[in-house]
Amino acid sequence: MEIDIRLPIGFMFALLGLLLLIFGLTTEGDPELYKRSLEINVNLWSGSLMIIFGGLMLLFGLRAKRSKTK
Amino acid sequence: MATSFTLGWIDYTIMVVYFLFVLGIGYALKRYMKSSADFLTGGKSIPAWITGLAFISTNLGALEVMGMAASGAKYGMITTHFYWIGAIPAMIFLGLFMMPFYYGSKARSVPEYLKMRFDEKTRGFNALSFAIMTIFASGISMYALAMLMETLLGWNFTLSIFISALIVLVYTYLGGLKSAIYNEVLQFFLIVIGFLPLVFLGLISIGGWEGLTKQLAEVATSHGYAAGAYTETWKPVAHAADNPMGVEWFGLVMGLGFVLSFGYWCTNFLVVQRAMAAGSMSAARKTPLIGALPKMFIPFLVIVPGMIAMALTSDPNSGFALPIKGNSYDYDKVIPMMLGYYFPTGVLGLGLTALMASFMSGMAGNVTAFNTVWTYDIYQSYISPNRSDKHYLWVGQMATIFGILVSIGAAYMARLFNNVMDFLQLIFAFINAPLFATFLLGMFWRRTTGNGAFFGLLSGTAAAAIHHGLTQPAGATSLIKGGWLGTVVHIYPSEMAQNFWTGIFAFFTCLLLTIIISLLTKQTKTKEDLVGLVYSLTPRIKDESKHWYQRPQFLAIIVGIIAVVLSIIFW
Repeated sequence: MEIDIRLPIGFMFALLGLLLLIFGLTTEGDPELYKRSLEINVNLWSGSLMIIFGGLMLLFGLRAKRSKTK
Repeated sequence: MATSFTLGWIDYTIMVVYFLFVLGIGYALKRYMKSSADFLTGGKSIPAWITGLAFISTNLGALEVMGMAASGAKYGMITTHFYWIGAIPAMIFLGLFMMPFYYGSKARSVPEYLKMRFDEKTRGFNALSFAIMTIFASGISMYALAMLMETLLGWNFTLSIFISALIVLVYTYLGGLKSAIYNEVLQFFLIVIGFLPLVFLGLISIGGWEGLTKQLAEVATSHGYAAGAYTETWKPVAHAADNPMGVEWFGLVMGLGFVLSFGYWCTNFLVVQRAMAAGSMSAARKTPLIGALPKMFIPFLVIVPGMIAMALTSDPNSGFALPIKGNSYDYDKVIPMMLGYYFPTGVLGLGLTALMASFMSGMAGNVTAFNTVWTYDIYQSYISPNRSDKHYLWVGQMATIFGILVSIGAAYMARLFNNVMDFLQLIFAFINAPLFATFLLGMFWRRTTGNGAFFGLLSGTAAAAIHHGLTQPAGATSLIKGGWLGTVVHIYPSEMAQNFWTGIFAFFTCLLLTIIISLLTKQTKTKEDLVGLVYSLTPRIKDESKHWYQRPQFLAIIVGIIAVVLSIIFW
C-alpha cells in the first residue's frame, strides 16, 4: 500500500483534538458557553479523546512504517 | 428555540481543517492513478479493516444518519431492526457465501458478474438502472445537504451545492475509488467521535437508559401502546397494532430481514464495490464481517439520540421540542435540533462537520460506483470496446465529472419537483426488490439460464409494481403511496408494512418464474463458462489465513453471537 491511511487520520484527529483542547482550556468555567452542555466542558473532553485516538493511530502507523523500512 | 445557530471561528476552523485533509488525501493518491483499474477498482490492494469500515461508512451517509434518528424518534427502539436483523445476517451471508464468487470471478462490477453468469441483456438492465439510480441518490444527498445548510446556517442554496460538488469532484477525480474509500474511513471516525458527546449529554440529562425508558413509557401509553413499545425490539412486533411502525414479526423478518436487506447488502454495487477493492480473497470476505462489528453499535449513535429527542419533547419542562410540520412532528430535524440544543461552539463545529462529511461521502460513494459501471458496463461494452486502457482511464475521469454535473441537475430537480424524486425512488425500489432472487439462483443453481434470469427479474419488478398498485397503507392520500391501479385489495397498517410485503411478493415472483423459465429454456453457458461463478462448479476455496481465528468463519460466528446478545438484551 502506497499510503498508510492511519497517518493522515492520526494527524488530523490529533490536530483537531489539540484545537478543541486549547479552546476548552481557554473557555474553562464560562457558564454562558457550557450552560447547554449541562455545565460539562465538552470541548475539553472531546479534544482529549481525539488527541488519544489520533495519537494511537499515529503510533500504529509509524510503527508499521518503521518495521517496513528495517 | 430557533433551529438556526451561529458558529464561532473555532467551528469554521474545524471545517476548513477537515476539508483540507479530504482534498489532501485525494491529491496524495493522484500519482498512483495510472490505469483504469487503479482509478475505478482501487487496484485491488486495500487491507480488510479499511474496506470494512468503508463498507458501512458509504452507507452511513447523512440521509441514513438523519433518517435513522428520525425513525428513532418516531418509532423508538424497534428501528434497530434495520441493523440487527436488517443488515447483519445479510452481511454475514455476503462475506461467507457470495464474496467468493464476486471476488473469484474477477468481475470488476456487479453488472459484469451478471454478464459472466447470465447474458448481455441481464447485465444491461442492471447496469443502466443502477447507473441512473446512483446519480439520483447522489443528487438527493447534495440537495439535502444544501437544504440543511440553508435552514441551519442561512447559507445560500446554490453556493452550498457548488462547494460540496466541487470538493467531492476534486477528491474523487484525483484519487478515484481509493480516495473515496480512504475518505469514508476518515468520515466514519469523525461521525463516531462527533456524535458520541451528543449521546452522552443526552443520556445524562434524561437520567440514563432508565430515565429514557420511563419517559418513553409515558409516550407509549399515551398513544395506546404497551409501556415498552418504544424501548423494546421484539416484544412490540408480535402484532402490527402493538407498535408505532405498524409491522408484525413475519413481514419484518421476511420482508426486511430477508428480501430487502439481502437485496441491498448483497447485490448493491455501491457497497459490494468496497469489498471487491480488497487486496485478497480473504480480505474481501472479511470486509462485510469487519464492517458488521461497528455496524451493530451504530444504533446507539443515531437511533438513541432520536429517542432522547422524543422523550425531551414529551416532557414540557425540558425546554426542548421538535418542530411541528403539518399534523405531526418534523422528525427529520432531530439531529440538527439536538446538536444545537446540547453542543456549545467548538464541538458544534465538529458535529456539523461530521454531518457534512457524511453527506459528501454519500455523494462520493455513488459517484465512484457510477463511473465504474458507466466505464466498464456501458461504455466499454456497448459504445466503444477494444480501446487502450489509457482511454478508459480518461473515460472514467470524464464520467466522474459528468456524474457530478448530472447530480447537480438532480439536486435542483429535487428542489423543484419533490414528487418526481418520490416517484423515481419508488421505481428503483421495484427494480431492486427481486434482484436477490436472481443472484441466489445464479450462484447456487447452475441450471439457471440467462433468459430465466432476465425475464424472472422483469416479472419480479412487475409484481412489485402491481402489488404496490393494488394496496395502500392506512390513511394514504396520494397515489404515490399505492392503490394507483384503481382497486385496493388490501390496506396495510403502515407504509413500512406495505414496503416489506412489496419486497416479499417481488422476490418470490422472481424466484418462481426464474426457475420455471430456466427449466423451459436451454442453458447456453457450458460447464467451463460457469467455473468460479456457481457454487457447485467452483472448487472450495482454502482460506489463506494462518490461524483459525483469522478466518472469515470465525469472525462471522463472533458477529452472529454479538447480534443475538444485543437482540436479547433489548428484547
